[in-house]
Amino acid sequence: MSIDPAYEMVIGLEVHAQMLTQSKIFCGCSTAFGAPANTQICPVCSGFPGVLPVLNKEAVNMAIKTGLAIEGEVRMQSEFSRKNYFYPDLPSGYQITQFELPIVEHGKVLIEDKDVPAKVVGITRIHMEVDAGKSIHEGVVGGTWVDLNRTGVPLMEIVSEPDMSTPEEAGAYLKKLRSIVRYLEVCDGNMEQGSFRCDANVSVRKKGDPKLGTRCELKNLNSIRNVMRAIELEAERHIDILEEGGSIVQETRLYDANLNETRSMRSKEDAHDYRYFPEPDLPLLVLSEQQIATVKATLPELPDAKRERFETAYGLSHYDASVLTTSRALSRYYETVVEQVKAGGQNDPKICANWVTVELLALLNKENKEIEQSPVSATNLAKMVVRILDNTISGKIAKEVFASMFESGSDPDTIIEEKGLKQITDSGAIEAAIDKVLALNSTQVEQYRGGQEKLFGFFIGQVMKATQGKANPAELNKLLKQKLGG
Amino acid sequence: MNELTLREAADKLATKEISSVELTQACLDQIAKHNPTINAFVTVDAEKALAAAQAADARIAAGNGAPLTGIPIAHKDIFNTTDMRTTCSSRMLENFIPPFDATITTHLRQAGAVILGKTNLDEFAMGSSTETSYFGASRNPWDTQRTPGGSSGGSSAAIAANMAICATGTDTGGSIRQPASLTNLTGLKPTYGRCSRYGIIAFASSLDQAGPMTRTAEDAAMLLNVMVSYDPKDSTSIQSPAPDFTQALTGDVKGLKIGIAAEYFGDGLNDEVRAAIETAQQQYQAMGAELVPISLPNSGYAIPTYYIISPAECSSNLARYDGVKFGYRCEEPKDIRDLYFRSRSEGFGDEVKRRIMLGTYVLSSGYYDAYYRKAQQARRLIADEFKAAFEKVDLILTPTSPTTAFKFGEKDDPVQMYLSDIYTINVNLAGLPGISVPCGFDSKGLPIGMQLIGRPLDEETLLRSADAYQRQTDWHKRRVHLG
Repeated sequence: MSIDPAYEMVIGLEVHAQMLTQSKIFCGCSTAFGAPANTQICPVCSGFPGVLPVLNKEAVNMAIKTGLAIEGEVRMQSEFSRKNYFYPDLPSGYQITQFELPIVEHGKVLIEDKDVPAKVVGITRIHMEVDAGKSIHEGVVGGTWVDLNRTGVPLMEIVSEPDMSTPEEAGAYLKKLRSIVRYLEVCDGNMEQGSFRCDANVSVRKKGDPKLGTRCELKNLNSIRNVMRAIELEAERHIDILEEGGSIVQETRLYDANLNETRSMRSKEDAHDYRYFPEPDLPLLVLSEQQIATVKATLPELPDAKRERFETAYGLSHYDASVLTTSRALSRYYETVVEQVKAGGQNDPKICANWVTVELLALLNKENKEIEQSPVSATNLAKMVVRILDNTISGKIAKEVFASMFESGSDPDTIIEEKGLKQITDSGAIEAAIDKVLALNSTQVEQYRGGQEKLFGFFIGQVMKATQGKANPAELNKLLKQKLGG
Repeated sequence: MNELTLREAADKLATKEISSVELTQACLDQIAKHNPTINAFVTVDAEKALAAAQAADARIAAGNGAPLTGIPIAHKDIFNTTDMRTTCSSRMLENFIPPFDATITTHLRQAGAVILGKTNLDEFAMGSSTETSYFGASRNPWDTQRTPGGSSGGSSAAIAANMAICATGTDTGGSIRQPASLTNLTGLKPTYGRCSRYGIIAFASSLDQAGPMTRTAEDAAMLLNVMVSYDPKDSTSIQSPAPDFTQALTGDVKGLKIGIAAEYFGDGLNDEVRAAIETAQQQYQAMGAELVPISLPNSGYAIPTYYIISPAECSSNLARYDGVKFGYRCEEPKDIRDLYFRSRSEGFGDEVKRRIMLGTYVLSSGYYDAYYRKAQQARRLIADEFKAAFEKVDLILTPTSPTTAFKFGEKDDPVQMYLSDIYTINVNLAGLPGISVPCGFDSKGLPIGMQLIGRPLDEETLLRSADAYQRQTDWHKRRVHLG
């Protein structure tokens, strides 16, 4: 994507990550997704008169964990506030959130992607807040239904600095952030189900202009692709207006994925006055060094550290290492393959990486599956790699074995056995096949011996065909050379 | 029988001199006879009360009685009860039956107290006269042309009219102490966080506190024993051991240092009230306590501070009454905006609306710093000033209310009404315990109360001092005879 080169974009993102707690943030109700409407509610989360909130410690620990992972400052004292506004699916008439004193400030995230050079994006803050309910309009006649199951589900709002200047950077940032929260197991990162939601603040300015342009906030961005498309569109809209001598109106805009356009939702003039004030039902949230240390001890190895380790320990390229570390599950899968290959008496982390990044991910992508749903288990893939390395099958045959494993989920040895794919390493058998081929193609033999060495490949092909590809390539090469030379 | 103190009634129940059914019936008879005039109760459930009384009698017979078993009690209609509507004296919650009990309601049920019904209050506890109730004002049994105070005016009127032995109240700016003072009762506002707020319908969360309203300090101690608890469902609830408060009542105040702040005896204090308080001071001296002059100059900021913080919190706490989920909904709304607008316009009374608007204003962007933040700072100064004073004295003695009970409509200017809590509001802002104790009558025969303010969590000193005074005086023994 590209915009008028005279301009640059300034992009900041606000991500709402639903925390993977067992229960809601201020009561004991379940947070499980997809239950029938209003079956996971109690007087507390539905805002009945007389109720009071009690903070879920698990949510606090998840926010601390995320803060530590992005090298943010975790506040020893943070504060909850009420954000007041009327909405039918906000049962108490206010949202409990953090305002002046959020739990985390000043973090950073390193981004890079295929076309995105490495860059650090600042994190302004992470704060905790409750989710609201859901209004249902579809299929409802003469009114609106409200489902409060989601009310009180804990969210982290992760606010970036306006440090991104291309849609690709925004995409890379979201991928990285999602990968971090998934590593930490604090959020499932699922954008379609709304457990990882993003709003984008976009403005443009002439290159070199130190002053920020007027920004617009984009909402309804439910995939990384849509975030990128919406930012691009919005920047183009701004540039068009500016080029025509107009000025940008600060407003909130909705992205319509079907029409691929953004349109005005509300302007600054009718923005709400949320009348924030400290939540009187909750005391200051005071953390102890002990609590932070305990959370710190649970931090897993994070994507950046893991990628570096993969590069040095397994000799992988930067690119392969970053692909393999995008998710904790994928890196775990890869490392299992490497270990099991070792257990099988072989060792080749690079081949393992190739099989995972090229073959496996391609098929998974095609079927829209996650690594956790891979029909080929790490153990089976490792067995297959061992069979390549011990010359039981060739790399080429392996592709056939792999395709069959992906389809059936079976063990590679069974497939090799059943399909008779075992490589012929017996020199006698290969010799016999060579003799046969040479006898049938005497003209070519003469031509070869007359100096047309290109024909070597032809003989290899013929022998492979005769052995159904099972001849050991190295052995075949050696024997063929001997025969033709003779 | 219905004029007994809680202690007397408990003793007679324990020795089976009387039964709970008899006692409850006596209260119910008094209610039937006088509630139409006094209007102390919003809801009475005689059937359930008698059933509870029967159960209490059985429990006493089985030897499992506790000090409150079989005692008829009235709950301010702001405590959630699952078996009785909880209205907050508002049209908004006219037919609201909560799905859960308040923690205090639960404690009292478990102790075997017999709930007679729910008492009237200023709508959502906003007021000092019970005149803002959707169900009409309660009347002061000492003079039915006058208010019983507020907002717990229904509870004070119920006890003063001998319809109940004791009652619960809530105190946000004086709502237990002022009505106790105006009806010759003992009313205790414990330290903020001492009693659970869970299930009490919120007015101003950082100030609301439940407490006992009784005939004597000893009764208050007995009731407080059941009301005080740490509640994990209330994050502002204090985790502190609860003593047996009746054990504190030694009758001895020798050596106790009682602070007298000039700021509480300035203009606006009725002369007869002043004289009664001064006499009480001398009595304490005679009992061996020492009077220590102190100064609390920031007290002057109490009223403006309170009327910024409490409306701010109420504007938010009352946002849930929007016509969508429970309570009052206007007829045939055009759209969601109309639903909010008309439900709130029709469901709330004027005083509630006034405070919601005030609160909305002081929290709005551009005014927050000028009002709300300043008020928080003033609140801190007030609390600090008390803290410093309590390094010199053990408690502080002040009037409870600047006047005795006033007539209906007498304070039609809201600010005039707000000033009736001038001596009590500080205590809420600072989160301290305070008690109002009967200390005399004016020339019209209306009760006068004095207020004792204590250190945080030191309800024992308050109760001990109040009880010691009551052992020497008999103001608290005077009863109204309604005929």
